[in-house]
Amino acid sequence: MLAPRAADLSLTSTLLPLPFSPSKHVLTEDIVHREVTADQKLLSRRLLTKTNRMPRWAERFFPANVAHSVYILEDSIVDPQNRTMTTYTWNINHARLMVVEERCVYCVNPENSSWTEVKREAWVSSSLFGVSRAIQEFGLARFKSNVTKSTKGFEYVLAKLQGEAPSKTLVETAKEATEKAKETALAATEKAKDLASKAATKKKQYV
Amino acid sequence: MNSVGEACTELKREYDQCFNRWFAEKFLKGENAGDPCVQLFKRYQLCVQKAIKEKDIPIEGLEFMGPSKGKAENSS
Repeated sequence: MLAPRAADLSLTSTLLPLPFSPSKHVLTEDIVHREVTADQKLLSRRLLTKTNRMPRWAERFFPANVAHSVYILEDSIVDPQNRTMTTYTWNINHARLMVVEERCVYCVNPENSSWTEVKREAWVSSSLFGVSRAIQEFGLARFKSNVTKSTKGFEYVLAKLQGEAPSKTLVETAKEATEKAKETALAATEKAKDLASKAATKKKQYV
Repeated sequence: MNSVGEACTELKREYDQCFNRWFAEKFLKGENAGDPCVQLFKRYQLCVQKAIKEKDIPIEGLEFMGPSKGKAENSS
């Protein structure tokens, strides 16, 4: 995105507070941390509260979230010597439902030094995706363990039908099958737990 | 724009005015004679940090730019 505005001016206006009509969904804005580093960079943390406008179907699914505004932090670094600004913004509540993160890097356009350019990236993730993954993994693990049991039983029966002395008794076969099934199930449960706990960082859409 | 602490909005406005002037006239021009807004900032922060605690807003223990450090850069 190229903005035909002097880099200095756009830095100033980005930091100015917000009574700006399209932004009626922003309720409050506060600086909660600010410092100038030894190498002359300005670090700021801004706390914003915004309205939580959910579609009606979501209100029905997640009634506990409806009443609460969204709290958002915006961390920023202003580097006047290199003429860049970086912002990183994300929500700190409703996080189990959805996390949206945005990183913007503002700098001087290399072709026209009176222009500002911004690189904007966003990530949208939900830990609910992890729950459905965990359910799938559990179902698959249980299926695999059941298949192991039934296959062993089937092999036993086949051997008997073909007149071979089965290498083990039915009881031993069943015991072995159950042990194997337990191992498979345990491995799968661990995997599912691991997936569920990594869930918030696992599936993201990159924009 | 209001502060999250209703009582803090005036203190916030005073600080913002001081900061915006210093930012545009000094900081961006590379002059760093020191921050003339320290007192105003302290008063504003006392008020707003109290409001944040009262409203249970979970801003504690979050590393600056922290969650973004794990982000892979995607080249366009």
